[in-house]
Amino acid sequence: MFKSKVKIMQLAVTLLACAFLFVPIIMSVLAGLTANYFKGISSGLTFKWVIEVWELYANSIFLSMWLAIACLVCTLIIGLPAAYGLARHPGWLSRLLEEFISLPLAIPGLALALALLQLYGSMKGFRASWTFILVGHVLYTLPFMVRSILAVLASIDLKTLEEGAASLGASPWQRFRDIVVPNAMPGILAGSLTVVTLSIGEFNLTWMLHTPYLKTLPVGLADSYASMRLEIASAYTLVFFILIVPLLMAMQWASARAQRITQ
Amino acid sequence: MTLRLTHTAKTYPDGTKALLPTDLSVGKGEIVSLLGPSGCGKTTLLRIIAGLETPDAGSEIWFDNDNVTPLPVERRQVGMVFQSYALFPNMSVRANIGYGLKMQQLPKSEIEARVTEVLEMCQLQPFAARAITALSGGQRQRVALARAIAPRPRMLLLDEPLSALDASLRGTLREELAVLLREFDITAIFVTHDQDEAMAIADRVAVMCQGRVLQTGTPEELYRNPKSPFVAGFVGNAMSLRGKADGTTLYLDGGALTLPARGEGQTVFVRAEDVCIGDDGPLRGKVETVTFLGTHYKIGISGITPDTIASIHAGQNAPKVGDMINVAIKPETLMLLPQEVDVA
Amino acid sequence: MTDRNFILACLTPLLIFAIAFLALPLIRLFMVSGEGSAGWAVYLDILRKPRYLNTLVLTVLVSLATTFAALAVSTTAGMFLVRNRFAGRGTVLSVLTLPLAFPGVVIGFLIILLGGRQGLVNQLTPGHVVFAYSAIGLFLGYLYFSIPRVLLTVMAAAEKLDPSLEEAARTMGATPYRVVMDVIIPGLMPSLIASGAIAFATAMGAFGTAFTLATDIDVIPMVIYTEFTLSANIAMASALSIVLGIITWILLLIARSLSGSTVAGGG
Repeated sequence: MFKSKVKIMQLAVTLLACAFLFVPIIMSVLAGLTANYFKGISSGLTFKWVIEVWELYANSIFLSMWLAIACLVCTLIIGLPAAYGLARHPGWLSRLLEEFISLPLAIPGLALALALLQLYGSMKGFRASWTFILVGHVLYTLPFMVRSILAVLASIDLKTLEEGAASLGASPWQRFRDIVVPNAMPGILAGSLTVVTLSIGEFNLTWMLHTPYLKTLPVGLADSYASMRLEIASAYTLVFFILIVPLLMAMQWASARAQRITQ
Repeated sequence: MTLRLTHTAKTYPDGTKALLPTDLSVGKGEIVSLLGPSGCGKTTLLRIIAGLETPDAGSEIWFDNDNVTPLPVERRQVGMVFQSYALFPNMSVRANIGYGLKMQQLPKSEIEARVTEVLEMCQLQPFAARAITALSGGQRQRVALARAIAPRPRMLLLDEPLSALDASLRGTLREELAVLLREFDITAIFVTHDQDEAMAIADRVAVMCQGRVLQTGTPEELYRNPKSPFVAGFVGNAMSLRGKADGTTLYLDGGALTLPARGEGQTVFVRAEDVCIGDDGPLRGKVETVTFLGTHYKIGISGITPDTIASIHAGQNAPKVGDMINVAIKPETLMLLPQEVDVA
Repeated sequence: MTDRNFILACLTPLLIFAIAFLALPLIRLFMVSGEGSAGWAVYLDILRKPRYLNTLVLTVLVSLATTFAALAVSTTAGMFLVRNRFAGRGTVLSVLTLPLAFPGVVIGFLIILLGGRQGLVNQLTPGHVVFAYSAIGLFLGYLYFSIPRVLLTVMAAAEKLDPSLEEAARTMGATPYRVVMDVIIPGLMPSLIASGAIAFATAMGAFGTAFTLATDIDVIPMVIYTEFTLSANIAMASALSIVLGIITWILLLIARSLSGSTVAGGG
């Protein structure tokens, strides 16, 4: 009696939450494929909205993908050596540095964007370039890359492995290449997928940093929600889902895998 | 290769003196063991020789005629076996063993040949392609050894090579290790806290305590002629007989013993196998414990000294707990050692 | 190159990046906040001027409501999912954690689909209820991205709960309600506080959702936005940003000290 009453209540809440989260997604997908939203599905399914979205926003989509890759490259170049440095030097200074670079996770993107604009907004060339948006993306995603790799490195006896390699004649660079990077791979993979996923979906920072010529996918979405008809907005959202959902699932799989290794 | 250490010490930034100024010499092809309890500085000394720790100023480390003191570990050409083996999880057995050769930038064919040679020597051929995680403890130990020896280092250093293994494996692997080390014909230094290990494998043993080398010698020398109470106690578990020495007689609670020399100002030590239980003997005590150890009995006797002393008794019969027995100790088996202020 | 130099070289790109694009801009932002007509008193203005004070209060209220609702829903769902294995459990879990990477704008749009003028609720209910553009819509939007965050943290903690404690309580005659109040909630408390702090911080700083819903109701991030872009009141925008940043940072610090991890931001 106890079990079934409580269980039913829990199940009901769970299903309700699922419905709340999932139904709008389904609606959005359908609306993007329906000829006329007012008439409903009876008006037939069509791809014309998706095609129109592509014609309108292809540039934004490509820009987002380009930014995501550039962001990945930057976070790898900055974050991988940094994670190694932090793992080999676990003092209070390193913790402070780690906390500091995690500020963009705590501070709203809006505030960060404002700060960047105040300092660099007057540099015309930089301000109008896609690299300005890239800086925002890297700021936001770098802590994820660093933490992901750091977690994996901290769970192996890095110091002794490196001493072993050093005793065999390996220089610091050779040890980094042959020992550190291969053993950090699960963290690098999880971090990479996280960075790409978050970069594609980033809005708060990007909205403040973008220019009329540089619109990313989420910025285009906001555009379409404000000014386009519902079917186009939905179709655009559908395109976004198609991009992001596989990435999201890959990211969750890779993160769970890396977590198991650190256990 | 010969090793010569002079005035080598290590003080940590917080003031701890891990190693007091020490001298050590190791001859070509010699196997030396650094033996002592944890915290005595043996691992620190080994790591200084390897180049993994920087010794204090004034220390000098010579490999043959080269002063290697300023060189970092990657340039010293030593082979090191770590306590946890430090095998690279991202490489196979073969790749691990070949890593040092890869660092020497030898041609691929030569690396292959050398690795195969070492695999054979260490009986690791069936495991060559395996991942490290698929090996047992004993197999890992051999891979660690093979990896250290493959680049033909000047010296082999081993940090507690057997301590990571199950006790049941240790005995057999100890003998295997001794055989392998002799086959390699290389100067080797290994660190251990296990005296049986040190005595079984090493040509010479250096007993360390609290950052100092107390005595160096062959296992027999250390066993039969310890120069300090610590060495006597650590190597072979000698027991001290606390009593009053007057000339060449030692007056104990349980009787009087003849000493081999004048006993004033000395502590008297004896080993359990030299404490003889018999019908006649100048000492008298009570049997507290009788432990059957297969080949012999170990008998705990009280009343002779303030502490219980042990006797190794190899007869078929043993006295019973509570019996009063006579004990004799031959004078030549007693060891007179200077009284130490700081005993470990 | 020695070991030490190599490690320093590894940390250098990070240091340069952090100083150039994080430390210096934030310092500049702080300086700018004091350069307006009110000078450093701008921070007091936040508390004195009704516009800002009301917005602050409203943002806090909406965030609090979201936090408690998300805690209630996610704890219930989380406990259920942890204690019961059934076919489709993986799917349910995926659905519930999917919104983690959705930007706030998309979530705002989804709420419009549910409760806007052409929304589902509008079509289904007899009174043609439109809630998307009201405080309810904002609340539901915030709830949408808070549920997954809280769920993951709570599930991780619930997995570590010892069921024998609940069984012991039941053998002593505790009703289901008492078991929840006396055993489960105290057991989950650190995790609840931690995920509550995360949810609250994220809600406080959420921008995209409010932007899309474009309600008459203003939350702090929207005020920052309008002060900056429409009123060109850069000093106030900066001051509000700094205050908001400090509040959310402290909240997340509390959360981490209790649970030891953070969940992806966004909203």
